[in-house]
Amino acid sequence: MTAEQMTLARGLNAGLRRALTDDEKVVLLGEDIGALGGVFRVTDGLQREFGPRRVMDTPLAESGILGTAIGLAYRGYRPVVEIQFDGFVYVAFDQIVSQVAKMRARTGGAVSMPLTIRIPVAGGIGAAEHHSESPEAYFVHTAGLRVVSVSNPQDAATVLRQAIASDDPVVFFEPKRLYHVKGPVELEDLDAARPMGAAHVVRPGRDVTVATWGSHVSTAIDAAEAMADDGASVEVIDLRSLSPWDSDTVVASVRRTGRLVVVQEGPRQAGVGAEICATVTERCFEHLQAPPVRVTGHDVPYPPAKLEGHHVPDLDRVCFGIDQALGRVPLDVPTARPEEVAA
Amino acid sequence: MPSTTDPRTRQDLSRAGESASSADSAHGGARDRAVPDRAVPDRPASNGRPARAGAPRGEGHDDATVRLLDADGVRRPEAAYDRWVEDVDDAALLRLYEDLAVVRRIDTEATALQRQGQLALWPPLLGQEAAQIGSARALRDDDFVFSSYREHAVAHARGVAPVDLLRVWRGAVGSGWNPHEARMAPMQVIIGAQSLQAVGYGVGILADAEREGRTGDTEVAVTYFGDGATSQGDVSEAFTFASTWSAPVVFFCQNNQWAISEPVSLQSKVPLVERARGFGMPGVRVDGNDVLAVLAVTREALHRARTGGGPTLIEAVTYRRGPHTTADDPTRYRTSAEIEHWEARDPVARVAAHLRGRGVLDDDVEARVQESADAVAAELRAGISQVEDPSWEAIFADVYAEPHHELAAERDAYARYLDGFAATGEDAR
Repeated sequence: MTAEQMTLARGLNAGLRRALTDDEKVVLLGEDIGALGGVFRVTDGLQREFGPRRVMDTPLAESGILGTAIGLAYRGYRPVVEIQFDGFVYVAFDQIVSQVAKMRARTGGAVSMPLTIRIPVAGGIGAAEHHSESPEAYFVHTAGLRVVSVSNPQDAATVLRQAIASDDPVVFFEPKRLYHVKGPVELEDLDAARPMGAAHVVRPGRDVTVATWGSHVSTAIDAAEAMADDGASVEVIDLRSLSPWDSDTVVASVRRTGRLVVVQEGPRQAGVGAEICATVTERCFEHLQAPPVRVTGHDVPYPPAKLEGHHVPDLDRVCFGIDQALGRVPLDVPTARPEEVAA
Repeated sequence: MPSTTDPRTRQDLSRAGESASSADSAHGGARDRAVPDRAVPDRPASNGRPARAGAPRGEGHDDATVRLLDADGVRRPEAAYDRWVEDVDDAALLRLYEDLAVVRRIDTEATALQRQGQLALWPPLLGQEAAQIGSARALRDDDFVFSSYREHAVAHARGVAPVDLLRVWRGAVGSGWNPHEARMAPMQVIIGAQSLQAVGYGVGILADAEREGRTGDTEVAVTYFGDGATSQGDVSEAFTFASTWSAPVVFFCQNNQWAISEPVSLQSKVPLVERARGFGMPGVRVDGNDVLAVLAVTREALHRARTGGGPTLIEAVTYRRGPHTTADDPTRYRTSAEIEHWEARDPVARVAAHLRGRGVLDDDVEARVQESADAVAAELRAGISQVEDPSWEAIFADVYAEPHHELAAERDAYARYLDGFAATGEDAR
């Protein structure tokens, strides 16, 4: 099969169509996913093709969507749920964290939860409040879930199919900024494709490792280009999977480069980047030539659209992070002064 | 939320307290004994009389409460429901009585085992036997149950061995049974969460039936929850999803009057069964201490679900006579008079009185039933002490269905840590 140019949204659509075709137990649930095809058109045409029993418009209740998906999984189905926007997933938190994630352990392996939870994620699109969240850390922190985020149309199609085929529940983040970005997509043989949990070195380099995921992979590649003009060779790793995350690939890279920058859009504190920095420090301590650097969103509620440029890591901030890792500019770790802490 | 020291709040609370009496009669509560049985009309909650402090009053059953056996065991005709239990002869009723006796005995034994340190905790079902047995015995083997944590009698009726009922409460496992074998999900601790899961299962039944070209006689998903759960968003969402999707679901609410220390009047100003109307599904209120009536209304609801009629809400009015769990102290929030009121409406004694009146039950038969119940309890006691603590590896075993190298590495590191104790001759754990 030859690759076809399509947007990331169409890549997801193609992946869903293939999954629905391959396995009659795959069902889709979500708000506005039927006639409308989803607010981002990811499910465009699927209800017409597969019918309302397999592509189900749900009442407007995210906990309800997850709870019913669990019941469908009990019945032998493989539900793919769409959460319309990242900020809407919190009302489904109990059904995901207390129910989906724990069901297999609770039942001693008797009941699996092969759910895929699709969530449009992150900002940078000038959206309204609660439409630009980066909630990945909550789910990475939850045992029993797998968490992935895609950065290109090919992964959108392939990783989504892998997530649906997985007998474990997978939280699948779709960066909204990338929905309309085009790239080649081939409906690959899943057995031959890169495993869902594997990171991908998208650009090799010698001097510093940048690890990121989702929409910031392209930012990191742009930064690597810019830094090349500045005499630095930057390796960019698309983590692809956040839980589990492919620490071997990152560790191998940092052992070569001796320097690490992690880019994440979510808040800094206890973010996925913190976990990566901690593990790399543990496993690469004697190879590190500088402290790991985090380029992150601030520890603030996601700001109004006119201010999101100050929150979302951009090319300049990633380059600044790389410069810090290289020792070209002083490392500027946010640190409160003792007198402020005392106050 | 205003604090209780806010005078406006006190005022509001005092007003709420006044109407709580009407809410009590609305909920078949214990505080309305001055209102004669059946004397409360279709009880608009705002019309209730103030409660007399400390004076329990009538059960407040209105005409809409289905009851086939009076509290003294007299069978009373109920045209709409008699046909659902036409086949229940004396022998069948005797078996139901035996069920009630056995689950009560299991419950008593479990409470004792908790007091003796064999269990970490136990939520007694005392008083709710008929609500659970009457409904669970209406189910087919291929139906599927999503319950809360007090449905020991339901699990018993699904064939779960008594010792398996207790293993969770001993802290040995996450589920005492294989859900696919028992056709009952593990007990749910998060209040109301299971109701949605039942609806999803019901949607799966519909999808299967459509794909297989079956109509008219599907399986049903049945979910059990309490009066407290009706305040949870998940339960309202479950009502909505089941109703608009016409899912084959039975919502079985045991209104046992108390959510730990909170009376049902704090959960709802109207009878819980009235919620059904707003969600567009039939609701029926039944005397939950009448095993025959519970069987009848559940059969009707199951039939409706099997034949494409969608969900039903059953409110079984009953009473939790024991503590919420063995860690609870109900003397802090309710009176002994209230307990006595409900003891007089005991679900086991009621059917026993009926069977004695029919000449089916006598002292000999009762002794035999008690003997077999005691045997179950003895077997349970012997079995629970044989339940071994699981090995530490169990905590890593079933977190994921597919290989997870990072977790495996964590497990291995912990194994090396434990091995360190073995090397020094210390007891690892």
